Amino acid sequence: MSVAGILRAATAAALLLAGSAAGPLALASGPALDAARSGPCVEDPKLMRRSHPDFLKHGRDDTVRKGVRGIRHSLAACVDCHASKADGRVLGSERHFCQGCHTYAAVKVDCFDCHASTARPSATAAAAPASGGTR
Amino acid sequence: MGPTSASSRRAFWALLAAGGALVAVALGAAHYMEVHGHAVTGMNNQVVWGLPHVFAIFLIVAASGALNVASIGSVFGEAAYKPHSPLSVLLTVALLAGGLMVLVLDLGRPERLVVAATHYNFRSIFAWNMILYNGLFAICALYLWALLERRLGGYAKPLGLAAFAWRIILTTGTGSIFGFLVARQAYASGVIAPLFIALSLAWGLAAFHLAQCGLARLAGREPMDAGLHARVRRLLAIFVIAALYFVAVHHVTNLYWAKQAAFERFILVSGAPYPALFWGGYVVAGGLVPLALLLHPGLAGPRATAAASVLVSLGALAFLYVFIIGGQAYPLEIFPGYEVASAFHDGQVDGYAPSLPEFLLGLGGVAAAFVIALAGARALPVLPPDRVAVAAPK
Amino acid sequence: MNPVDQRRRDFLGKAAVAAGAMIAPGVILYDYAHAKAPGDPASPKVRWGMLIDTTKCASGCRDCVDACNRENGLPGSTRPTDSQWIRKVDLKDLKSGKAVSLPVMCQHCAEPPCVDVCPTGASFKREDGIVLVDRHTCIGCRYCMMACPYKARSFVHEPTTGQKPDVPRGKGCVESCTLCVHKVDRGGTPSCVEACAAAGHGAIVFGDLNDPASEISRRVRAATTTQLRADLRTDNGVRYQGL
Repeated sequence: MSVAGILRAATAAALLLAGSAAGPLALASGPALDAARSGPCVEDPKLMRRSHPDFLKHGRDDTVRKGVRGIRHSLAACVDCHASKADGRVLGSERHFCQGCHTYAAVKVDCFDCHASTARPSATAAAAPASGGTR
Repeated sequence: MGPTSASSRRAFWALLAAGGALVAVALGAAHYMEVHGHAVTGMNNQVVWGLPHVFAIFLIVAASGALNVASIGSVFGEAAYKPHSPLSVLLTVALLAGGLMVLVLDLGRPERLVVAATHYNFRSIFAWNMILYNGLFAICALYLWALLERRLGGYAKPLGLAAFAWRIILTTGTGSIFGFLVARQAYASGVIAPLFIALSLAWGLAAFHLAQCGLARLAGREPMDAGLHARVRRLLAIFVIAALYFVAVHHVTNLYWAKQAAFERFILVSGAPYPALFWGGYVVAGGLVPLALLLHPGLAGPRATAAASVLVSLGALAFLYVFIIGGQAYPLEIFPGYEVASAFHDGQVDGYAPSLPEFLLGLGGVAAAFVIALAGARALPVLPPDRVAVAAPK
Repeated sequence: MNPVDQRRRDFLGKAAVAAGAMIAPGVILYDYAHAKAPGDPASPKVRWGMLIDTTKCASGCRDCVDACNRENGLPGSTRPTDSQWIRKVDLKDLKSGKAVSLPVMCQHCAEPPCVDVCPTGASFKREDGIVLVDRHTCIGCRYCMMACPYKARSFVHEPTTGQKPDVPRGKGCVESCTLCVHKVDRGGTPSCVEACAAAGHGAIVFGDLNDPASEISRRVRAATTTQLRADLRTDNGVRYQGL
């Protein structure tokens, strides 16, 4: 094997190692977000991270077209629970729930052009776990 | 396009650059409207469709009519028109693309075009129109290919027939967008569909004539040979008369209805600026003067026909301004027999002042059609081979 | 009265009370059976409607308009580009000079022209008769605004902020009176109706037109009511009295 070949192999190995080491580091260095009000999310967080657009999209037709209120994946319920305890919002800084992740992932969050990004008064007043079935 | 001189190549690039610049400005105007909302335009909750729609509907209707030249060649078998079919089809695609660009960019949410393409309400003539416009693009692409590729020449006639039928349905659909509006006094009529067919024939032929003469000049050739010119002159005159006929029928019928009398008085007599635009812009400048230029023996000639084509096109914009905007400016009659007042402009004639972004967007659509036609004519052999002698009409 | 008659009278009285007590829950339950639980879909058995008594409507009063603006997070200003979901209209008969005042909003037609013309189906009629705009699908073409006979729809011409959590609305979409669907779905009534009642005018009644026992159905049977532009045969859910 030539010197160039050894160098190439060594570089490749080093990059591979660095890449695999960077994996867990990357996840650990994700956005630091303010905690939700209380209790576990209605779905597993890993599943939510991946599938929340689909949940919201199917849920919205149930609410808007059929008039079913209090669905499990109601956007308003998500906001009620995840709104910052300080100001009751999910947008405003990198520590706010929706904005933090979306900025980190560089995905435009379209919902709040129309939807309120503040928790409902009943949710902030009660500060109780907003399960999917209330209101 | 055949051998061209250096000066004509320079002129081509200069024209392409100018057209491209106008399109860029239009895209900038659309972005400005998108970011700030339609509040920066003259459109509001009373006049919801404005100047962009005037330009867009003009381009779309003219696109359908521009295909007519190819139809006369392929479907009706008139030999004189056959060599001009490729340009006719290219022009259809160019005008339609320009019109749709304006229409889509004016939407409140143009980023939802994918939603529009995947969710259809088949009771809506607007939804049908979306299918018809896209279908026309596809048919024209195939038709142009059949016209230019000798081996596919056998397909030209059936594709020409398909294109002809499709565009009649399409223009009927475009007119019916207005004709199906039950509540508006300006529309709500079955005659709007054939009116739009007649308008498309006139506007399309005028656009074709201007494109043919302009491109031929650019290629350093004679704009149009005398035989074809005589035919086009006569045909344009007939189409202008047909359009005037349908407009007259529409208004005269309206005048017979007592409930339409106030609206007709507004549009034809008292509601400035619409009467001036209608009579002066459409009937006289867009109708009677072109007819004189086309038919009067002392006036007729190639320059006169070109002038007539330009006037017909400008008259078209005047007609659509009155039709689209004037029709909305007149208040909806919710309470017949009552004088009405509210904070929502009920019972009031609504003012509309076009804004610069709207005008630039509309102009950009024309520029886009221009750029596509120009580039297409350069890339494809759409101009007929030199000096095909045509017998003058009998 | 002899004691036997007295006892008979007492017995009959108690029996009547007992019978009433047995039937009353059934009557109340019958009413509730029509109301929807929040988690249920809208039912075609119900047709929501409003009855507006114009004789109780004062020309300068804007209670319904102000309540609507508050409830739905509307700006309340009246520039040509501002949204108005409900407005007060003052009428004067051209011949007799008689003046009438009334609120006009989306008429929630059974045959809505706006639903017919919407290319994406964003403008739709729910099973219970409420006509809405699904703003997830609305592309902002404004064709429904051209089609509406009552000028009920507004277009949002500017970026919006401060939306109410139950009433999402945003730039580039069309909107109109939702009959306070976010309240109706939870058993409530529209804010305009509540405000008018709270102020003591009582000009607007809301209820189920399909339920013959509801107040609105009884009123519609008792008095002469009209629909606006009845000639269009759109069969509106909103009716007017005194026009």
